[in-house]
Amino acid sequence: MNLVHEIVGHYNHWIIIVLMVSGLYIVVARGNMIKKLVGLSVFQTSVYLLYLSPGKIIGGTPPILSPQFTVYSNPLPHVLILTAIVVGIATIALGLALVVRINEAFGTIEEDEIFAEDEDE
Amino acid sequence: MVLLTLLAVVVFGIMQLRNLFAVVILGGVYSFLMASVMVVLDAVDVAMTEASVGAGVSTVLMLATLYLTKTQETAPIHTPLLPLFVAVGTGVALVVGTFALPLFGEADTPANTHIAPYYLENSQRDTLAINVVTAVLASYRGFDTLGEVTVIFTAGIAVLMLLKGKRDVKPGPKRRRVRR
Repeated sequence: MNLVHEIVGHYNHWIIIVLMVSGLYIVVARGNMIKKLVGLSVFQTSVYLLYLSPGKIIGGTPPILSPQFTVYSNPLPHVLILTAIVVGIATIALGLALVVRINEAFGTIEEDEIFAEDEDE
Repeated sequence: MVLLTLLAVVVFGIMQLRNLFAVVILGGVYSFLMASVMVVLDAVDVAMTEASVGAGVSTVLMLATLYLTKTQETAPIHTPLLPLFVAVGTGVALVVGTFALPLFGEADTPANTHIAPYYLENSQRDTLAINVVTAVLASYRGFDTLGEVTVIFTAGIAVLMLLKGKRDVKPGPKRRRVRR
């Protein structure tokens, strides 16, 4: 019984870690730059979950004040993550612009081909 | 729990697929699932932002980039053993670390007893906003939001400089594609 309690209580952490590690793996192991950026955004969203899940209180409601409710989830992580999402999209947009530019200059978005082309010159 | 498991499955799909179009669409699916998880976690404002920005804007940007580049990923040359090892090692270390964390959904954790009660008790008196997230975002942490706007502005300028800058810088001898 205690073990089940423990597993359910930590399940969110483990999924967050799986997401984070797969994001890291995609960024490091894949040579395609668009794939790398998708991996980066997976990594970022796993961090959003990491912040949001400790703020949830079972039995609580969203932090919008109302006389009918007394227990609210923690509003502070929500604020921080709102900022982080917007900064994240800025990062992704800049990265994609760089990808477009690299594709114009080298004719490819694969890392290995770019390195090969650089060595030829 | 089901939603979280689905998230992990989608990420494995993203990892395996080579067609970038499918990868980008799966990225949109992932963002919507993430938004649903956020609703379950009581973060409704964040969920709305994630659904519009994560699933909407970023998918559109990715598709636009695909249109300008290519949609197929080539097979990797190197075997991904080292990155796999690093990733799995990091994962195991992090999992060991989770056993020191409080369980999901508890009310008396340090994160929930430190400053959050102050906002919940006083934000309506201080800012007259019913939504505590709005009150904190726009009033208590207004400078954060100003910084965020600065970041967006800088990123926007940088994107414009990259895409609209001079394109006839000097065509290299071995470039495959003619510059516009």
